[in-house]
Amino acid sequence: MIKGRVWLYGDHVNTDLIIPGRYLDDYDLRSLSEHAMEDIDISFSRNVKSGDIIVAGRNFGCGSSREQAPAVLRQKGVGAVLADSVARIFYRNAINIGLPVVICPRVSTQLRAGDVATVDMQLGSITRESDGLEIRFAPPPDFLLEILDRGGLVPYMRERLSR
Amino acid sequence: MAGMTFAQKVLFRASGRQASPGDIVSAKVDLAMSHENSALVVKAFREMGAERIWDCEKVVVLFDHRVPANTSKTAEGHRAVRRFAIEQGLPHFYDLKEGICHQVLPEKGHIVPGMLVVGCDSHTTTYGALGAFSTGIGATEMAAVWATGELWFRIPETLRVRVGGSLPRRVSAKDVILSIIGDLGADGADYMCVEFVGDTIDRMSISSRMVLSNMSVEMGAKAGVVFPDGKTEEWLGPRTSRPWGTETSDASAEIADEVNFDISSLHPQVAKPHSVDNVVPVEEVSGIEIDQALLGSCTNGRLEDLQAAEAILRGRRIADRTRLIVVPASREVYIDAAEAGTLASLVKSGAIVLNPGCGPCLGAHQGILAAGERCISTTNRNFKGRMGNPNSEIYLASPETVAASALKGEITDPREV
Ligand code: SF4
Repeated sequence: MIKGRVWLYGDHVNTDLIIPGRYLDDYDLRSLSEHAMEDIDISFSRNVKSGDIIVAGRNFGCGSSREQAPAVLRQKGVGAVLADSVARIFYRNAINIGLPVVICPRVSTQLRAGDVATVDMQLGSITRESDGLEIRFAPPPDFLLEILDRGGLVPYMRERLSR
Repeated sequence: MAGMTFAQKVLFRASGRQASPGDIVSAKVDLAMSHENSALVVKAFREMGAERIWDCEKVVVLFDHRVPANTSKTAEGHRAVRRFAIEQGLPHFYDLKEGICHQVLPEKGHIVPGMLVVGCDSHTTTYGALGAFSTGIGATEMAAVWATGELWFRIPETLRVRVGGSLPRRVSAKDVILSIIGDLGADGADYMCVEFVGDTIDRMSISSRMVLSNMSVEMGAKAGVVFPDGKTEEWLGPRTSRPWGTETSDASAEIADEVNFDISSLHPQVAKPHSVDNVVPVEEVSGIEIDQALLGSCTNGRLEDLQAAEAILRGRRIADRTRLIVVPASREVYIDAAEAGTLASLVKSGAIVLNPGCGPCLGAHQGILAAGERCISTTNRNFKGRMGNPNSEIYLASPETVAASALKGEITDPREV
């Protein structure tokens, strides 16, 4: 179960905003992640806590195929990304590096910044702590849940290749 | 029963499963491309416990984003991948001299119609101009592809974009795609396979078609295809002897939508900061002063682009307040433009010509902007911070508009110079 505070962003948060290209020669995720979201929210990387949830509008993660985008969010402890819609490559990359990602139309109008919410990926439900508001979404197919469950595609493949 | 779309056919051939949009299939890829981020792919590949690439013939690796290396970290990344390429005996490792992946792969004959191509780069959609189904993926899944040759794909819906009319003077493919994206929005083709059809497309060169396929990802598309014709055949002839498929969509196939554009009175288009769908006709922004003009990238760094700009600048000097950076998309383009005298002419006009590669497109080096500076560029993204500084501005336009703007030092309608 994922539980944390909501960070709310708008539509079309692109991968250059999530992690600017100018830092990408750094292959160390820990130092790289210090720059997460800095061009739109300088407070994010300083204040985000483990388990916190990013909620955004349409087309989250559009732009580049850089996997560092979901990776810096996960490195920073983000528990899940919930968005009205998610750009295709970001969606794949997030699952592949083990960051739960949910496409849930209108979620950005239902949750507010600072809300505390829990997310159940298997059931397809988001619940707001304060008033019990429940938002449903279509859970990802089983094999994607399995990749998430293993912690991403690397451990999943390691298991598969060693069989 | 309804017929199949192009996307369904390619994924049917590659997966052995006849599936409908929304279904997920596991398919064998025909080609896998990666650039600098191969460093991440190699790391994930090793962490997966994989040892050998499934089929070295189907893998292309090159460096283009930061060439020659801009920092020692980059140089170390290059070296790690270079060693890996040697260790695996990769026959199609081009190192850092050839240019941008999306130009080099077609030029070297790696792409033919009907292929299923994946690349570790969002603009992998470019190969759709040659009738391939090709799409971007991330580094970790590329490692899985290297290990197994397979990947899961969701069968996309199809959006048909029909473009008709003759292009007005000094209006080109970039204006067409900017106007389409401005209309449909940055997620207007989310997850879809876009098919570009119509008499305008039929008349376009392969280079121009590549502009459309390249930028289809800027409206969220998974792939952006132009079906092969005589021009495709002519272009591929000297480059490859591989057999190729002639798949198109069946007339009875179900598509999600069809939209029509008549471009016979289209004005030059400009995408204002900071999103690609923030598009206006050039008149609305003309007169805005610019510090830098950039001609290049996988969108518009081909010979026809350089020549269109040179035709405007020939014998004239760019404005003192402006720097014009020219980056040929590939070594082939560089040589052709040099031999045709295009590069010398651009340099005489005051341009700085860089080595083939991504150049300043992604803000890593070779033309980073200062805070408050403004750039007009033929590249494909004007996201905040894209060219290295979050407090700078990028306007996207055609080679013609960029050249005219460099000439005047302000955004300028190319029909007026
Ligand atoms: S030229 Fe720009 S958009 Fe094209 S591959 Fe290079 S960085 Fe990406």
